[in-house]
Amino acid sequence: MTNPSGRFGIHGGQYIPETLMNAVIELEEAYNHYKNDPEFNRELEELFNEYAGRPSRLYYAEKMTEDLGGAKIYLKREDLNHTGAHKINNVLGQALLAKKMGKTRLIAETGAGQHGVATATAAALMGMECVVFMGEEDTIRQALNVYRMRLLGAEVIPVKTGTATLKDAVSEAMREWTSRISDTHYCLGSVMGPHPFPTIVRDFQAVISKEIKEQILQKEGRLPDAVVACVGGGSNAIGSFYHFIEGEGVRLIGCEAAGKGIDSFETAATVNTGSVGIFHGMKSYFCQDEYGQIAPVYSISAGLDYPGVGPEHAYLHDIGRAEYVPVTDEEAVNAFEYLARTEGIIPAVESAHAVAHAMKIAPEMSRDQIIVITISGRGDKDCAAIARYRGEDIYE
Amino acid sequence: MSNIRKAFENGKAFIPFITCGDPDLETTAAVVRAAVANGADLIELGIPFSDPTAEGPVIQGANLRALRGGVTTDKIFDLVRELRRDVEVPMVFMTYANVVFSYGSERFISTCQEIGIDGLILPDVPYEEKEEFLPICRRYGVDLISLIAPTSEDRIAMIAREAEGFLYIVSSLGVTGVRSEIKTDLGSIVETVRQNTEIPCAIGFGISTPEQAAKMAGISDGAIVGSAIVRLIGQYGKDAPEYVGEYVKGMKDALR
Repeated sequence: MTNPSGRFGIHGGQYIPETLMNAVIELEEAYNHYKNDPEFNRELEELFNEYAGRPSRLYYAEKMTEDLGGAKIYLKREDLNHTGAHKINNVLGQALLAKKMGKTRLIAETGAGQHGVATATAAALMGMECVVFMGEEDTIRQALNVYRMRLLGAEVIPVKTGTATLKDAVSEAMREWTSRISDTHYCLGSVMGPHPFPTIVRDFQAVISKEIKEQILQKEGRLPDAVVACVGGGSNAIGSFYHFIEGEGVRLIGCEAAGKGIDSFETAATVNTGSVGIFHGMKSYFCQDEYGQIAPVYSISAGLDYPGVGPEHAYLHDIGRAEYVPVTDEEAVNAFEYLARTEGIIPAVESAHAVAHAMKIAPEMSRDQIIVITISGRGDKDCAAIARYRGEDIYE
Repeated sequence: MSNIRKAFENGKAFIPFITCGDPDLETTAAVVRAAVANGADLIELGIPFSDPTAEGPVIQGANLRALRGGVTTDKIFDLVRELRRDVEVPMVFMTYANVVFSYGSERFISTCQEIGIDGLILPDVPYEEKEEFLPICRRYGVDLISLIAPTSEDRIAMIAREAEGFLYIVSSLGVTGVRSEIKTDLGSIVETVRQNTEIPCAIGFGISTPEQAAKMAGISDGAIVGSAIVRLIGQYGKDAPEYVGEYVKGMKDALR
């Protein structure tokens, strides 16, 4: 999918300070070496299976299927992974790679805190130092995850600049990386940033669609009609799509956080409301004004509250291979509650965006069709925020 | 020949950086004139960006103050038109790729030529991505300034050979901001630069005192100062021109 300079169509690239160029070149060379190294792959598979609990289940949501009365619905249970989200797949891969490169320190950005927790976990496991940058606003929304990261031995730095959310955490992690490169790996959490990150993160997350394919063939003897996943930067979505991109049979649907609606200014639906720009090391779609100033974005979900999208998604949108649909806060919260009551599964509010869209399309599909929804994470971390949304104050 | 060359004809060059629109464009104009009157050889004008990832806290703050004050790329073009009535020293823009790209790269760069901007510094456009802007810059005679960092190592020769205008040598790891000490072996970086290009090179990032400026200019062809000046503007607001003028005089004297 990517050409030698790390492009996906017109998107991608390496728009970063010269200070970081040798670091990303070194990373690319190391990755190209280790991705074909049997020992590296054996170690990673062992971490996936024995530590993270892979393969994750592909669960037939029978009650939900019957209730919606249309397509058969399967849930890809990334929420059951160790640390509670798909983020661990990428982090174990990058931490192992960093260790092979001789790095002793991991830095990361985090929005909802799931990537930060996953990075802190891998750092603890592999005996590495860990510093996580998190928007101050998000440290309040996701206080539990801040505590988890500190418990795991990581230092959490609240970022007060800009909108004090995910994009500012990314900027601050990039700034930190330019000041300390030799012993430090920037463990980027999504399929974004400069090449080779979008490719590396995709490859480590592609295990999701590899498993979906094997599991659905075993259960149904055929491929699904649609795969639905939420998109912020887009790592669980690209992981869920990857092995279905070739061939046209499977509809690939990315669900963006529309916040209060794509006609409001309080939205994070990048593909639906943004335009092509250059930011955070990549060319892609961004929410921005006419002068290229990055717009403040909003979503109830701290993990989708990002003004850009990974370059491979931008490309899949351009060529029409994947669809990107907006889902509002209200729809996501309804889906969050629906899945809890219907299947006894509390999804992350991010994943609830995908559930919400599946709830819209399933009834219009026939009973012999199949939808796979990726439940990218679990929703314990969101309970206080959802309660607040419903006007109830609970103490965690 | 590039107009930027003139900045290096009066001994070692002193290059101040000023964020446009902080606290307002009238003050920016007065600060530029004060700097020029006191010996600045080239003016680096910052077009604010919402998320300046190469900047430390001082210039980040200036960017946000300017944007909150309502400054836009078009208003900054008007500022330059007004300055060019009497300001003759070379001027370059320092901004981020998205500011140029979103305006329409050709529209932005052709306007630079029209209003008398001599060069463009884009800290998030490394050698590998310069084709995005370089052909357009060449068409309109605007120099795309290349940067060299302490980590550039084997890339220095490649970058220097194709550099235009002047070479911006980043003194230290990290973002812009005042530093008490600069530890990078800049002498050997400059030596490699000299072996590969005839164009002048100036050192920036972390310089604030006349002693540092003299030392950096001693190794290279000039010193670039940003955060120390932006901090003065942050401190004195509309009264800043006088203080910046005095500061520039002290710095230029140290380079003579």
